[in-house]
Amino acid sequence: MSETPPPFQVFLDQNRDAVWRFLVSSVGPVDADDCFQETFISALRAYPRLRAGSNTRAWVLTIAHRKAVDCHRGRARRAVPVAELEALDTRAPERPGAADGELWGAVRELPPRQRSAVVLRFLGDLAHREIAAAIGCSEEAARRSLHEGLQKLRTEVPA
Amino acid sequence: MNSRTEDGVSRALRAGPGPRRAESAAAAAAAERLVTRIADEQLADITYGPVDSPFGTLHAAVTRRGLVRLAFPEEHEPAMVEQLSRRISRRIVRSPQPLDELQRELEQYFSGRRREFSLPLDWQLMGPFATRVLTRTYEIPYGSSSSYGEIAAEAGSPRGARAAGNALGANPIPIVIPCHRVLHAGGGLGGYGGGLDRKRFLLELEGALGS
Repeated sequence: MSETPPPFQVFLDQNRDAVWRFLVSSVGPVDADDCFQETFISALRAYPRLRAGSNTRAWVLTIAHRKAVDCHRGRARRAVPVAELEALDTRAPERPGAADGELWGAVRELPPRQRSAVVLRFLGDLAHREIAAAIGCSEEAARRSLHEGLQKLRTEVPA
Repeated sequence: MNSRTEDGVSRALRAGPGPRRAESAAAAAAAERLVTRIADEQLADITYGPVDSPFGTLHAAVTRRGLVRLAFPEEHEPAMVEQLSRRISRRIVRSPQPLDELQRELEQYFSGRRREFSLPLDWQLMGPFATRVLTRTYEIPYGSSSSYGEIAAEAGSPRGARAAGNALGANPIPIVIPCHRVLHAGGGLGGYGGGLDRKRFLLELEGALGS
């Protein structure tokens, strides 16, 4: 028996932290809220069509990924990424060290597909197949993007 | 390549940006703004929330048409939400605002200042027979009563006293649809989905059990 999707409120409670973390790490804290609203409003509209047995986490992160891409496109026209990083730092004063901010700064600088692959893998806990579905590429390409993204982070960020 | 570096990056990625607790609070605040917007723009099919009563906290659910469900405290909210999600729509969210209209009418009713509820009702959880039974029940005046047989007859099923009893027992909107006003023909209390103590309490409140 495949499981029917839960009531929307339960779905929201189960996924809001993962979606928030995904968005903060891909678009930064300033734009995360707009993207968060857009993600869940889209999810609510499409919710009755969501099939039984669907992986709801992968599904909502796929939507969040698309919203993040839209946001990046919009921002490319405006463009002030430095302010975003500062906002991230002032918002979280108890953060352990600068290295952490550096890492997430570097994540946001990755090419879109690599960034999404890394974030979906580590924050969304998605399998390669689910990452591929979210980004809209082959599983092989998802695996490669994830690998390349990690490589770049390892060379750019001192551990 | 140094494997400790790899572990460090992977671990840091898994931990996410910023402290977990602060992030979770930010996510909760974002979710709060979301449900407020969903309510303002009426994007959900059902909203639900608690209302106070002398029986404890009741769980209520409202659609665009009106009150669709009122559950006694011992019925767990998640179970009610799950049931509504399956039977009506999965687009169900917790109301960001108190359910003021229902709360006000219930307070007036329980303090003896209201004899009829005027908030709109949504009857969609009832089948055709239950709708007839409960529509008739809704018309029984405050302070008076009817019998299972009478209600069954009026619902078009003269020998269906038992079936009428079942429909009344499954009343999705008790108190507001006064199934407590239906008694045994001989004068016995009969049954009540919320327990006989509550049926007696409601009848006494309405002055229908004076003797």
